[in-house]
Amino acid sequence: MYSPYVPNTDADRRAMLGRIGVASVDALFDDIPAHCRNPGLTLPPPLSEPELVRELTQMAARNRSVVEMPCFLGAGAYRHFIPSVVDHMVRQGAFATAYTPYQPEISQGTLQSIFEFQSLVCELTGMDVANAGMYDGASALAEACLMAVRITGRERLALLSTVNPSYQRVVRTYAEGHALPVDVMTPDEAALSEKHACLVVQQPNFLGYLEDVAALDRRAHDAGALYVVVPEPISLGMFRPPGEYGADIVVAEGQPLGNPLSFGGPYVGLFAARQQFVRQMPGRLVGRTKDVEGKTGYVLTLQTREQHIRRERATSNICTNEQLCALAATVYLCAMGKQGLRKVAELCYHKAHYAAERIAALPGYSLPLAGTQTGRQFFQEFVVRCPRPPREVNAALLERGIIGGLDVSELVEGGMLLCVTETNSREEIDALVDALRGIRA
Amino acid sequence: MSDGERRDIGSKLSFDRSRPGRTAVTLPDCDVPLAAMPPPSLLRDDLPLPEMSQPEIVRYFTNLACLNYSVDTGFYPLGSCTMKYNPKLHEDLARLPGFAQAHPLQPAETVQGALALMHDLQSFLAEITGMEATSLGPAAGAHGELTSILMIRAFLESRGESRRTVLVPDSAHGTNLASVSTAGFRALSIASDARGNTDLAALAEALDDDVAALMLTLPNTLGLFDQNIVEISAIVHAKGAQLYCDGANLNALLGQAKIGDLGFDVVQMNLHKTFSTPHGGGGPGAGPVAVKGHLAPFLPSPVVARDAGKGYLVEEPERSIGKMGAFHGNFGVMVRAYAYIRSLGVAGLREVSENAVLNANY
Repeated sequence: MYSPYVPNTDADRRAMLGRIGVASVDALFDDIPAHCRNPGLTLPPPLSEPELVRELTQMAARNRSVVEMPCFLGAGAYRHFIPSVVDHMVRQGAFATAYTPYQPEISQGTLQSIFEFQSLVCELTGMDVANAGMYDGASALAEACLMAVRITGRERLALLSTVNPSYQRVVRTYAEGHALPVDVMTPDEAALSEKHACLVVQQPNFLGYLEDVAALDRRAHDAGALYVVVPEPISLGMFRPPGEYGADIVVAEGQPLGNPLSFGGPYVGLFAARQQFVRQMPGRLVGRTKDVEGKTGYVLTLQTREQHIRRERATSNICTNEQLCALAATVYLCAMGKQGLRKVAELCYHKAHYAAERIAALPGYSLPLAGTQTGRQFFQEFVVRCPRPPREVNAALLERGIIGGLDVSELVEGGMLLCVTETNSREEIDALVDALRGIRA
Repeated sequence: MSDGERRDIGSKLSFDRSRPGRTAVTLPDCDVPLAAMPPPSLLRDDLPLPEMSQPEIVRYFTNLACLNYSVDTGFYPLGSCTMKYNPKLHEDLARLPGFAQAHPLQPAETVQGALALMHDLQSFLAEITGMEATSLGPAAGAHGELTSILMIRAFLESRGESRRTVLVPDSAHGTNLASVSTAGFRALSIASDARGNTDLAALAEALDDDVAALMLTLPNTLGLFDQNIVEISAIVHAKGAQLYCDGANLNALLGQAKIGDLGFDVVQMNLHKTFSTPHGGGGPGAGPVAVKGHLAPFLPSPVVARDAGKGYLVEEPERSIGKMGAFHGNFGVMVRAYAYIRSLGVAGLREVSENAVLNANY
């Protein structure tokens, strides 16, 4: 026996083979063509538990994490404080090792927690209905675009150029399958026609700044297109939710809500819409009902949208909701609550503005996009114009033990996108400023 | 929570348990000078979130968990989806700060451990399936299905062909058909014969010039290894179509046969089935795709490569279909699957398939 996870002993196996009247385990694989049997595998030798711990600990130590070094990267993945209680709830075996909730009678814990998640997403975004979760924010956006095509019957997509480039690429990948043209337009020049299914706006946008969402709402609806908004969820702790400024569909990356950075995944996409579009939504929905004894229970609902009923006529092929990540977001929002989330958002806002102000005062550095008028205010991310190529500035920062921002010089000349959250202390920000002061043209 | 409350836990949600003024966390005061607030027109008036104390949250969610049946509570003999024990150790490993606290956009030289793990996992999965290249990008099995169909589309288009039909056996899981439609293709159902194998005559009849691929689950959703696989592969390829394996049931073949040797061009795997990562009551899983050489240029980003000078780095294949997610896929799930393969080795993986098939037959 090799594996601590297989309970059968050799004696068990002999007894079982005897009972089913088969001479050997090998005979159970006779349906496999002989020339393909027992191909031989080349893999590293097995490791015992302590050896595996040592190996993986060493691998992890080859990464320089954001715990070790101050980090000012955001751009779609954000480091926030996660209360200890979140992970303690998520890793409970009865949540973590449960199957997908197709049998409601043995899945009430998962189903009720999904219902909580959906309710909290509705409150946060100001929308009517939310689903159980998507793979991540980018794929949720791609699905939102396909949904807009189904609803409007139109076959062009419009995205603002200020939407995260990585999200734009995912939308293009999905759109390719349906041969849907994707038009990218700047916020000032957004001109939609009667051919566009939707206008996609990120708020704050990829470069951190707040779009004029009311004007864009009119632009979308005047053309009869759906208005798809991609907000950053922590920002909704203080800023107006998309439901208040006309959004038809809201998608977002849920990672900032209680999920660790984890090198990019697993994350969870938030997906919410107006009530009238519920039947065109992709993914799972959980509803509340009464059982035969009159007790409240929770079930997957409107399943005629889903692939196990509708097969090729389903609204999407989604049959997961990144449940443990959605659960983390649920516990996080309950733990933070009304006061906590607002405070986290305000801490991010003040610290980011402190950092921006200090950096802008350095010789050679400026904030090319910042100002007081509409479209020039930011939340926790902002673009700094550097006196040297951002790539070189980042290399110099790394030598000083700091992970700098994202090089966005392709979008803004000399631009570096910096993110400051509540996890960055004043000492870290001051260290960044001091380091930048020493990096000159 | 009293017994009565526990019995009717469903009647009270977090909002019903909320009381103004309660809180579950403490946060530091602001350590920088306050900035001017944005104009009130940009700000929200109310933030309707629940207010709960920490013990209430712990009791509420712990009691919810108790309502679930799970692998940790008992035997889970579910067809169509491999359910197996999820090693506790792997939960700890995925949470090592070097893994859990790494930002996906960090410079490659600061995340060599994570990239090395991805690179090695790509190789292990290619070796296990008998394929030549792997992308770990897709976030779930159905996401891997969609990825694969988009790759087949791009491959065929590179040869100047625009085929639009994908054949799927009538025993297939509904996601196969939904993935085909999501990719912009038409799904056509193929009958099974009396033994549950693909009906060869029906297949030959359906295979016209518009067929891009046949999607086959092996062993199939009825639990049977299709005895006609060699003939199927020959017929499909003779007609210029691709053979796609839904690897949902790969568990039964570990070390017994390689998907690539059986004639398949592409396979999607479910790390949360075959490679022991938790189902989580609906994810997160991961659905890597492995392909033969002719499809490798079309793999989605990221593919992790090893460069003699620079070490490990994220690459995008030359004719990539693009990106299926914002970053590098479900890395935390990859750590668990990597740990599983490293702890079992070849003999351990074979032991898994042998015992799974023996148990099922018994």
